[in-house]
Amino acid sequence: MENQKYINDLSEIKKMMNRSSRFISLSGLAGVFAGCYALLGAFLAKIILVKNDLNLRLYPEGNIFKSGIDETMIQLFYLALAILILAVGTAVFLTTRKATKNGLQVWDATSKRLLINFFIPLISGGIFCLVFWQYALIGLIAPAMLIFYGLALIHASKFTFSDLKGLGYANLILGFAATQFMSFGLYFWALGFGLFHIIYGVWMYNKYDRNRPE
Amino acid sequence: MKNIISNINKAFDHRIRLGIMSVLMVNDFVDFKTIRDLMGATDGNIASHTKALEKHNYIKVEKSFINRKPNTKYIVTDTGKKAFIEHLDALEKLLKASNDFDIGLKHKF
Repeated sequence: MENQKYINDLSEIKKMMNRSSRFISLSGLAGVFAGCYALLGAFLAKIILVKNDLNLRLYPEGNIFKSGIDETMIQLFYLALAILILAVGTAVFLTTRKATKNGLQVWDATSKRLLINFFIPLISGGIFCLVFWQYALIGLIAPAMLIFYGLALIHASKFTFSDLKGLGYANLILGFAATQFMSFGLYFWALGFGLFHIIYGVWMYNKYDRNRPE
Repeated sequence: MKNIISNINKAFDHRIRLGIMSVLMVNDFVDFKTIRDLMGATDGNIASHTKALEKHNYIKVEKSFINRKPNTKYIVTDTGKKAFIEHLDALEKLLKASNDFDIGLKHKF
């Protein structure tokens, strides 16, 4: 009888510690969607690359070659931006929905902390990738995206579900592997941002979201 | 057994006070509004419980102004940390005495 009260006390302590220091409304489904967008994006990127490569082969003269590369890069840049906005937008929507359903706040100290700690490594990585583009080190962009995204996840995992750390390390390792196979950058990118997200999202959804009121 | 029970801290023997201490243990500081929303209690309720904890010197209060609005921050004191860990130990021992129960909390701080 007494014991039950103390067990309740302990679960209350645990709940409050987690709720106040970690953002727990992150939706697993958002990961699945992000993965699908990434796969779609990688597919479109492949089409752009094949098409433009064909143009380059048809008109291999110097100037067209140079402007062809830039044009491809700009198209890929907008594609990447669109995927990022779609993925983040879906994540915000699903996370808000989950929080509302559980009667929790979306915008509080924990979500602010999570976003700051996630976006600092991520934005640094984004800028670094633009520098690679500036110096025409195109082959390093996909590995760098994976590496910085991995670091961002590892960093953010302290402020939300700690499971995120696993996905972070997976992307980090994949990113370093990708540096050794630069011509396959897009495939590594699709594997990390696409497949890993989907697998992880499904796993998180099963663990936290399905059949759980909270 | 008697010895164990004497370590259960009466100051923490309430859901709200326990909650406030738990929140403060894992955060550098927490403001009044956040505590209130986390506990789902009224302003007056939280105020009376924080006052009780303050009286024991377990937490300290910092008042300041943000955009001319008063802002109250709560911080756990060293005394409070020690008392809370002792309380957790006591709970753990008590439950271990009856069955093997690992609370798995203390690695957090």
